[in-house]
Amino acid sequence: MRWWLPDAGSTFAGPIDTLFLAILIITGIALVIVEVGLITFVIRYRARPGRKAFYTHGSTRAEVIWTAIPAVTMVALGLISNHYWVLIKDKKSVPPNAYHLGVHAKQFEWQVTYPGPDGKLGTADDFTVRNQLHVIVNQPFAVELSSEDVVHSFFVPEWRLKQDAVPGMQITAWFEATKTGEFELGCAELCGMGHYKMRARVFVHTPDEYKAWVAQQAAGGTE
Amino acid sequence: MTSVAHARPEAHGDAHHAPMSFWRKYIFSTDHKIIGIQFLFVSLFFLLVGGLLAMQIRWQLGFPGKPMPGGGILPETMVVNGVILPEYYVQLVSMHGTFMVFFAIMPLLVGVYANFLIPLKIGTHDMAFPRINMASFWLALLAGLIMTASFFVPNGPIRSGWTNYAPLAARPDLSGVTVGQMLWCVSIVVLGLSSVLGSLNYITTVINLRAPGMTWFRMPLSVWALFITAILGVLALPVLQGAAIMLLFDNVLGTHFFDPVAGGQALLWQHLFWFFGHPEVYILILPAMGMVSDIIANGSRKPIFGYHSMVFAIIGIAFLGWIVWGHHMFMSGMNPTLGSTFMVSTLLIAVPSAIKVFNWMGTMWRGNLRFHVPMLNAIGFVSMFTIGGLSGIFMAATPVDIPLHDTQFIVAHIHYVLFGGSLFALFAAMTYWYPKMFGRLMSEPLGKIHFVLTFIFYNLTFFPMHIIGMGGQMRRIYDPTIYTFLKPQQPLNVFISYAAFALFATQFLFAFNFLWSLKFGKKAPQNPWEDNGMEWSLPNPAPHGNWEKTPNVYRGPYEFSAPEAGDKDYLPQYLKLPTDRDPVPAPLPAGGH
Repeated sequence: MRWWLPDAGSTFAGPIDTLFLAILIITGIALVIVEVGLITFVIRYRARPGRKAFYTHGSTRAEVIWTAIPAVTMVALGLISNHYWVLIKDKKSVPPNAYHLGVHAKQFEWQVTYPGPDGKLGTADDFTVRNQLHVIVNQPFAVELSSEDVVHSFFVPEWRLKQDAVPGMQITAWFEATKTGEFELGCAELCGMGHYKMRARVFVHTPDEYKAWVAQQAAGGTE
Repeated sequence: MTSVAHARPEAHGDAHHAPMSFWRKYIFSTDHKIIGIQFLFVSLFFLLVGGLLAMQIRWQLGFPGKPMPGGGILPETMVVNGVILPEYYVQLVSMHGTFMVFFAIMPLLVGVYANFLIPLKIGTHDMAFPRINMASFWLALLAGLIMTASFFVPNGPIRSGWTNYAPLAARPDLSGVTVGQMLWCVSIVVLGLSSVLGSLNYITTVINLRAPGMTWFRMPLSVWALFITAILGVLALPVLQGAAIMLLFDNVLGTHFFDPVAGGQALLWQHLFWFFGHPEVYILILPAMGMVSDIIANGSRKPIFGYHSMVFAIIGIAFLGWIVWGHHMFMSGMNPTLGSTFMVSTLLIAVPSAIKVFNWMGTMWRGNLRFHVPMLNAIGFVSMFTIGGLSGIFMAATPVDIPLHDTQFIVAHIHYVLFGGSLFALFAAMTYWYPKMFGRLMSEPLGKIHFVLTFIFYNLTFFPMHIIGMGGQMRRIYDPTIYTFLKPQQPLNVFISYAAFALFATQFLFAFNFLWSLKFGKKAPQNPWEDNGMEWSLPNPAPHGNWEKTPNVYRGPYEFSAPEAGDKDYLPQYLKLPTDRDPVPAPLPAGGH
């Protein structure tokens, strides 16, 4: 049983998990204030014979305080979040040395197109593999997401990466895996009755392993 | 803002209504109170239907592939050998959301309480347009029947979620749904018409028919919230109706508004849907906040803390509600810069929400708390809405939304707001105004047991969904156990399912209490909760036409424990003290009669 986010598997996990923890602490404090306050008031101010409520219509000072603190906190949180958001999702943030792969989503499978040995997408030696995503560890990759039919969503939990694939649009999503091994790619947007089984295996290789795999595929090897 | 509209008894006939036949009085009624009660029974029925669908969802998620008890009665197109089929599972989640949002929570809050409370609380005889009000109910019922009918047509109801994302929902060849999708669109158009008619009525009534002395800032927060909600309704529902008509055309005429294969735009649907959808979320919570404010002031025997900022917080939430829809689309491929602006507006909603929560606590502070069943549920509302509001911050912060978007975390969040928030407020409201509707009180001990059990099982059901969502479980997947990374958390899914079954079973206590008390409940005194509202100057249940003579209003709604009240700890709005002067009715508008 896991009680936290999945183990970190990409460079995004660091800032996202830290931000998650920070929000957990902020909201945790707010939650404790409210719930402990409620419980205290429920016990302390319960009706008893002879008691009378304190007649007041409010306090401007108190209200200014509990308006200002959330406002400042939220604006600060927004600014910090935006920094990482731009880093992850902005088109200009895709590293220039990223390997480009094509990922075409379709009810209910992922078709991954790899540049062949020449390293370039859109040339004759490209090859396509169903439901398998192979990448290199510590190397930025950019997937060119497209969809055949309906909206799907490319989701690898360990990479903290999610991006919808929308028919009629080409969307680039980049990432850099930091852990070798096998993971899973799921579809996070309801895409029909087979939504649940739209699953691909994800392999994060060392550069040599990857090269060997590409060579094997380009030579017409089986999946 | 201080002008007082004149309630004109002659506009509705005076209160001496002739005796009416059963049909005129209870079925084709134009009495706002009867219409409210009609909405109540119909939407409680749909709440039960939505709950039954939820139980089947929980069966499948807890015990995928195992035969569902009682599944044998369902046709082979849904269940084979007792096992839920993937297409039926997708229909279950789609229709659970549809019924709960459009036919249970929204009509319970707006159809029932805007109708029932607004005229009573502002001191008038009925709605501005009683016949339009009746039409609004019958249209809502018709819409509900059309939606229900989609279970009985070939290929069954929609399979694209209550959000109906296109092109899935726009293309029968991709969704596998034909008639069901058309019925969804038609039903939503009819329901939207009902909502718009109702909202126009509520807005007109509040603006024009307030009793002398009922100034804007003497209105109870429930009326403020219902008034602002009506404004949201009249502006938001037509957007959904337009979108639903386009979706219908895509399905029937092949117009391809939302299908890029022939020049359409997939994201257009999402923009239209959420431009409606986010204000809709506030339609589903603002009335709850308003009614809870009334009940907390009553239970605390104190004026509401910061009445004016509570009003402005309602307006602020409603205004911000129009500029946050993009936060549903952070992962949609929408320009990330747009995501940044939607993040900021979304985070800012935390501010008016925090004001409301702290002001409710301020109201309880140094009060003299009476723990009647409505008060218990109202406190439950505050504590649970707080969790729902705070969990929203995780998803508002765009980078953190990346792993959480479209997982069970958002399912937990929406249920903390709509069940922990709206439904607890409804349990409070239903118990509180029950005597005004039916002349009797619901059982107090049963109500307390129901509250405690619901509170426990509710948290056991929905809190663990946060953890499952953090683990990455996607929404609306039929079988999480086929994923290696989700397998370890399956025991928690089983746990949630058991808790959900217990939560559902507990609701029969409420149903029993509700029905039993209709006949056997204790007869209610005129003002059972010792409240200040105008409605308690009337007998229980209130007669058709409410007051014989338009009442006067002498003060604000929350003068609990005011020094002028003497040895009592409440001071009703309708009570004339020797020092009070009668309010001067505002002159009738030109052209009025």
